[in-house]
Formats: sequence, C-alpha cells, structure tokens
Amino acid sequence: MLDRYEPVIGLEIHAELLTHSKMFCGCRVVDSVEAAPNTAVCPVCLGMPGMLPVINRRAVEFAMRVALALNCEIQNHNIFARKNYFYPDLPKGYQISQYELPIGRHGWLDIALSDGTTKRIGIRRVHMEEDTGKLTHRDEGSLVDYNRSGVPLLEIVTEPDIRSGEEARAYATRIRQTLRYLGVNSGDMEKGVLRIEPNISIRPRGSEAFGTRIELKNLNSFRALADGTDFELDRQAAVLDGGGKVIQETRGWHDTRRETFSQRAKEEAEDYRYFAEPDLPPLFIDPAWIQTMRATLPELPQAKEARYRIDFGLSPVEATALADDRAVAEWFDAAIGAGGKPKSLANWILNDLFRLLNERGLTISDVPLAPAALVELQSLVDRGTINLTTAREVLAEMLESGRDPTTIIEAGGLGQISDEAALIAIVDQVITDNPGPLTNYLGGKESLLGWFVGQVMRATRGQANPALVNEIARRRLEEKRDTAGS
Amino acid sequence: MDIISLTLTELREALRRGETTSVAATQAMLDRIVALDNSLLSYLTITEEMALEQATAADQRRAAGEDTPLLGVPIALKDIICLSGAPTTAGSKILEGFNPPYNAFVVDRLLEAGAVILGKTNTDEFAMGSSTENSAYVTTRNPWDIERVPGGSSGGSAAAVAAGLAYGALGTDTGGSVRQPASFCGVVGIRPTYGRVSRWGVVAFASSLDQVGSFGRTAADVAAQLSVIAGHDPRDSTSLNIPVPDYEAALTGDIRGLRIGVPREYFVEGIEPDVEAAVRVAIDDLAALGAEIVEISLPHTQYGLPVYYLIASAEASANLARYDGTRFGPRAKGADMIDTVRQTRALFGPEVKRRIMLGAYALSAGYYDEYYGRALKVRTLIKEDFRRVFESVDVIAAPTSPATAFRVGERIDDPLNMYLADIFTLPLNLSASCGLSVPCGLDRQGLPIGLQLIGDTLQEARILNVAHTYEQARPRDRRLPAVPAGATG
Ligand SMILES: [Zn+2]
Repeated sequence: MLDRYEPVIGLEIHAELLTHSKMFCGCRVVDSVEAAPNTAVCPVCLGMPGMLPVINRRAVEFAMRVALALNCEIQNHNIFARKNYFYPDLPKGYQISQYELPIGRHGWLDIALSDGTTKRIGIRRVHMEEDTGKLTHRDEGSLVDYNRSGVPLLEIVTEPDIRSGEEARAYATRIRQTLRYLGVNSGDMEKGVLRIEPNISIRPRGSEAFGTRIELKNLNSFRALADGTDFELDRQAAVLDGGGKVIQETRGWHDTRRETFSQRAKEEAEDYRYFAEPDLPPLFIDPAWIQTMRATLPELPQAKEARYRIDFGLSPVEATALADDRAVAEWFDAAIGAGGKPKSLANWILNDLFRLLNERGLTISDVPLAPAALVELQSLVDRGTINLTTAREVLAEMLESGRDPTTIIEAGGLGQISDEAALIAIVDQVITDNPGPLTNYLGGKESLLGWFVGQVMRATRGQANPALVNEIARRRLEEKRDTAGS
Repeated sequence: MDIISLTLTELREALRRGETTSVAATQAMLDRIVALDNSLLSYLTITEEMALEQATAADQRRAAGEDTPLLGVPIALKDIICLSGAPTTAGSKILEGFNPPYNAFVVDRLLEAGAVILGKTNTDEFAMGSSTENSAYVTTRNPWDIERVPGGSSGGSAAAVAAGLAYGALGTDTGGSVRQPASFCGVVGIRPTYGRVSRWGVVAFASSLDQVGSFGRTAADVAAQLSVIAGHDPRDSTSLNIPVPDYEAALTGDIRGLRIGVPREYFVEGIEPDVEAAVRVAIDDLAALGAEIVEISLPHTQYGLPVYYLIASAEASANLARYDGTRFGPRAKGADMIDTVRQTRALFGPEVKRRIMLGAYALSAGYYDEYYGRALKVRTLIKEDFRRVFESVDVIAAPTSPATAFRVGERIDDPLNMYLADIFTLPLNLSASCGLSVPCGLDRQGLPIGLQLIGDTLQEARILNVAHTYEQARPRDRRLPAVPAGATG
C-alpha cells in the first residue's frame, strides 16, 4: 500500500504522574489496580458540593521536566480550563485540563529506526490535567472506583509526523523511557498508567489534504501499538481501494484476534464547552523556576547513548542496551567512574550481570552490588588472579552477599593456580591415569591436547591458569613422545 | 432587658458583662423561631440541639474567663453553606437529605469565634433567584409584610435577622443575593470583595462571582461577623492572602472629607419614586455629615444584567454538573446508568434548568465567542468603570434595588422582571469592588428601602464606616417588624 498511500499518524499519550498526592487535593496517589476501591479519596476528588481545587506544585514540576526533556517551550502564563462532559467516572462533570495555553509547546523527540536512521517527531503540546475514576460494569449494575480520580495526568500530543507502526512504537518506547528516566511515570501499560492512542489516516501519495482519521484505543503494549497501527493502515487502504470511505470513529484493538474493530462512530466533534477554570487563578511559571527544573534534568537516554558510542566506542546495540534503563546506565557510569574499562564492563553487565539478574528476577537496584566491586573483579581477571569461569562464580556470590571479590576469592580459596610445579604434578597425574588417550595422542591425534587440558581444569575446579596448563600439558606430552621414541 | 431586641454587638456586651447567658439568648431565639417561623418560613433546618450544646459550652468558656469575638452569639447560616452534622440542601431537591461531612471555612471560623449556630436558612435553589420563590421547599415571607417576598437569594437569612430570629446571619452574594434581601427586609448586609472570604464549603453557583457576606441589624453587627469570616484560606486558590483589618475598630463615626460618588446610571426610569427619594435624602444626609458628593458615571451599567446572566449561568452549567446521584444526594431509579443520571437531574427546579441550558448554550461551539466570550470582554469594561471611578471617589452611593419588596407570586412567571430587582447590585459582582446595603427609610407602604454603598477593592472598612456613621446620624426605629404568628398558607 505504501506506494499508493501515505500514512499520517499522530500519537496522544496520557501518562499519570508519580507524585505523592493528587493534582488538586491531598489524597495519596495509589496503585489503582492493587488498592482497595475508594480508599484514596476525599471530598475534593469526589467532586462534593463546595469543594475547591488547589494545584499540586510537584505535579507542575513533573510536567515541566517532561516538557523540557521533550524540547518544548514552557508556557509562563498557564490557564486551567474546565472540559465539560458527563460520565459517572468524572465526579465534577468536568475535567480540569489545560486547553488554550498548555505548559509545553513546539517540542520534538528523535527516534532511532531499525535501518539505523534517526527521525525527528514534532511534539505539538504537553499539558496537565486530572485523571478520571474507573467504571466496572457488572450484571447487577455499574461500580465506580474514584482512587484514580484527580491523579495528575500529562497529555503529550505529537504532530502528525509518524508514518508507520514501527515509528509509532519507536516514539512511544522513547517517551516511556524518557518518563521513566525523569522518574515521573512507571511506564506500566498493563496498569494503565501510560495510555497510548494513535490517530491514524492515510492519503494518496502527493496529496496535501488529510484523510479521515480514526482513533485507536485499548492498546496495552508496544506490540499492540505497532500491529494495531499497521493493521489499521492496511484496512484503510483496502477500504479506499474498494471505492469506500473511511468513517471517522474510535476503534479498539482486539489483542487475541489481532484486528481493530469499531467502538463508537463520531457523528460530529464532541463539544466540551471549554472555559477558564474560575476556581484557579492563572499559574505563572517564572523563568527562574524553569531554570531550576532544567538544572535538575538527568542526562537523557539519547545523550547517554551518544556518549557511550562516541566516547567509549561501544556499538549502537551495546549503547542502547546500557542506556535503556536509567538505573543500569547510572550504575554503568559509576563503574566507569571507579576506573572500569568501558568495553569489557559493557560485556560484563550486558552478558553476565543481566543473566544473573534475569535468573533471579531482580533488577540492578535490588542487589547489593557496588559498581566499584565489578571493576575490581574485572581487574582481578585482567591481572590473572582468577580466570573467567571463577570470575562468573564470584560475581554470582557478590550479587547474593554484597561482599567484595577479593574477600570472596580468599575465603573460598578460589585464586587461580599459576604455581608451575603444582600444575606439572597435576598434569603428570592426568597423563598417568589416562594411558589410552596418551597412546592415541602419541599416535598422532594431537587434537587430544585440549582434552588433557580440560581434565586438568576439572581436577582444579577451573582454578588453573588455562594458558599455563596448555603449555605444560603440551610439553609433558611431547616429553612422553621423546621417552617412547628412545 | 428584652433580650430579643438586642443587636448582635449589644448581646455580646451583655454576655461579656454577665447580664445574660448564651443559653438564654439561644433559647429566646429558638422560642421565637417556634412562635413565628411558621408564618415567616425563614429556616429550612433548626439545629436546636447543636445550638444549645454550643451555647452551654460558650457559657462554660465564658465562666472560665475566656472571651472570643462571637462567644455565645446565636447566628444563622444560609442553607448553601456546609455545616457538618446538619443537612445542606442549597434549596434544592437534588440535595435533599445531603449531610456534608465537612464544615465550610466560614463555619469553622464562626465556631472558633464561639458562635452558636441556630440553623440553616432558606434560599432560592442554588442561590438562583431574587425572592426565595425558587426554593424547592418554601417561600420565605418578608417580616414587614408576609404577603411579600424577603428578596433573595439569601432571603431566609435576611428575614431571620430582620424578624429577630437570629442576631446575625451569613448569606452569599453572587449578583446581589445579600444586599437585595437586606434592602427588602430592612437590615444591613455586606458583600465583601471577591477573595476576601473563602468559598471552601460553600455550594458553588458561579465561582467567579460567589462571595459569602453577613447580615446584621446594624453595620457594627455586620462588621463583627465579617472580622471573623474574612481571611486567607489555602484551600481556596482565589482567596486573598492579605491581612484583615479590624472592621469594628474602623467604625469611627467620622466621614468628613470622604468623596462619595453618585452614579447617574443608577437613577433611571423604572426606579420607584419612593426609592429614589429616600436614597437622595440619605445622600444629602451623608453630605451633611461632611462627605463630598460627586456625580459620577459608570457607563457600562446597562450591560451588567446580560453579562451577569451569561457568565453566572455558564459557570453554573459546569458547577451543577456534579449533581448526578452517583456519590451523594438522592438518586432516581432509571433503566440504566445514563437514564439514572438523567432522571436524577430532573430534580432540579425550572429556574436552575433554565440557567444550566442558558449557560451551556453560551459556552457551546459556535456560540462561545458571541455570548460567553463577549460577556468576558464586557465584564472587563464594567470592572474598568469601577476602577476608573475609584481613582476620584472613595465610595459610591446608590439604591440597592430599584424597588421595594414585591408580592409573592408577582414576578415568578416573569424571569426578566425578576432579574431587574438585581440590576443595581450585579455590576459590583462583575468587578473587584465590595458593597453593602443599609436601610434608609420606608416607602409609603411601610416597606424598607436600602442605600447601597460600594467601595473599591478591599475597602470594606470604609463602606462599613459610612453605613455606621449614617446609622448614628439617622437612628432607626429599633422595634422589630410585627410578624403575625401562625402558619402561612
Ligand atoms: Zn482527594
């Protein structure tokens, strides 16, 4: 279809902000899946008569951090508006939201595509609002839980710059990662704290006018986002090819059937009767406050990836993997700071450490492993004090106990055996115990050298210095040949 | 001593001197409510038990040597102000049986000051009205003539104070709802500057216009209550964080040299001759007391009414969206979730429905610019009128309402004529000014007339002093209007 139609996709992302309290009242923000219904509510977030909102300053700061991270201009003069609509999960009958003057505008985010190129996606607006409650429909009636009502919510809207499911996924992944870096959102799509809604349309190539767009909902994973978007593009192309018309509507994604379905036709644009919230005076964000927020931004994933590639010579795959999670990246940075060698540290982290963590179902923040300890382990290997096999065992032990590698090695007698006399004795014993392989070796099957080395390593529980064993074994076997030949 | 005839400040002095007790004053009020309120219908709820407990506690505190600004003084609350432990209906069936689990900020302030709460007074539904005829429960009667309305929407509070069924009362004023009933009932009522008093716990009608005010038999009574309820509340983001002056201390009785502006737009065709005459005489009295009288112009006055109805109704259309029967209040039985909400909202009365529809229309796509948007622009012009005038005068004097109290039923089917009762009060709500109404005589039918005094932003002390000085110079007949006992049909 791509030869005939151009996809035009914009993404709206709703992200709950991980503040302690709600947007306009003092209620705690709780895990809305785990907390008992209606236990984190008060008269304000229940919309009771005479109750008034007070802006949560922390939520504004979180919003500002996100807007800055997405390269937005920050609005100094912020107005909250009432967005009016009826639904029982919306206690006041209106949602307090930003309308005309959102906190962030004219931003952008670069995404990396699988062909190695980078694409810049425009961010139209970032605005603050409050979340609604949650309705559950049962046979005997509908139940509503207001724990989520009034939780600070950020809406991030792109320009219609996205052209495929892959781009949509890359963008959403980057947003999620950025929000997690900023510590403002857990990124847990299953729990609905991050909700992604693409607007999707297609138009004939070369056409300037936009086609009729649909809004896609209930996407609970990035895969659903990519697949749902691609499915929708194909569906719309088929409709147009068949001489039909795309209808403006909201469509849902069926995760098991892997197709979209019509949820609700939009006969006309909804009229939310926005007007400035009279209960909240304009919120003025002065330049000094913006400066303070900018100064508290962490190094963002793009910058980290670039630094890992350019300064440390890591591959793009390694750089991306290390920068993926802020805790890992900062752990890595700390290890570098402790004198670690980037390339080899990256290997240790991405292979051995990640494997050990995965096996245990833990993250780097869960284990008592100090970055400097891994650096020490790395240098013990480099110096030949221990071999790699031992080092892996030591690392596992370090993860459990938090003890430093030298202590573990000394306590367990795990130091590498490089004592030549001791190794000669072991090699000789192995040769004596295995006359058959010796005969074969002497008979010309010299590849059996490796087998002898292996036996020695086994006998020393892997602690023998392999290079030395190799050299001794070859020498002693050849000496047998000389003896046999004389 | 006739305890009923005492003003609030006189009662406070009597309590301080130990000449009477709070329990005695409270019981006297409760007895009088029982005797007269069947014909007056000023209260929706009488919190007798709570009042007597509070009065007993006040007397004990007094005996222990304590004194607070309103210790032991019985006061009434408009039934739009939330009081924990009693129903708050806002005069609406949609809040029938609603018991708020919280006190309004002003209630907490009153209780801290030692006040005794007698009960909740009648109001037009959600404060939308000028006569209490829009109350879903009863129509309060004017103590001066029970065939007539007390004004509104705080008509219950005004009537109760006028008839001696409370020493003071709180009301709310969104477009004149304190000043106009004060005028109709012959009492003093103030509408402070927007933001002076917290709206926390006051059922919202129009958020950018609502403000709590107090009623009293004298300016001093009003000042004593305002001193207690004014002040910053971090829970109301529109509440001003500016120190509150001592309003009673400001009552010096001296207004010499004060410049008082008389706006020509407030003396127009349609004003009752007796009202105009009485107000003009009162202004002459102010001149005789040493004030300088200046003719002024508030050129956008005529737009006040349409601008007010567009803005107030627009805000109300959103403020009243929460009444859906889901979380509080009565719930109708509908076929499904949406039908339940729809049928519950049918509990609103006709005036409320009219304003919700008007407001939603004014905000709707395609009409916003023409109605709500334009109203905001004209509001700025009206605000500017006041700002400009207050560069050259200290206080504005004008009639509170063009007419005196009208008969029950007379205007109920004519909303526009009803709205006209507020044309002189509502421009102030659109501005950043404060205002009060003080009685300035009776018309030929013996009905009270109100003089409206308007002050610049946060100049409550100044207008209270003008009212007080006027009262001192022209003392009123202290006798309470004779309210016939017995039920009103
Ligand atoms: Zn809450």
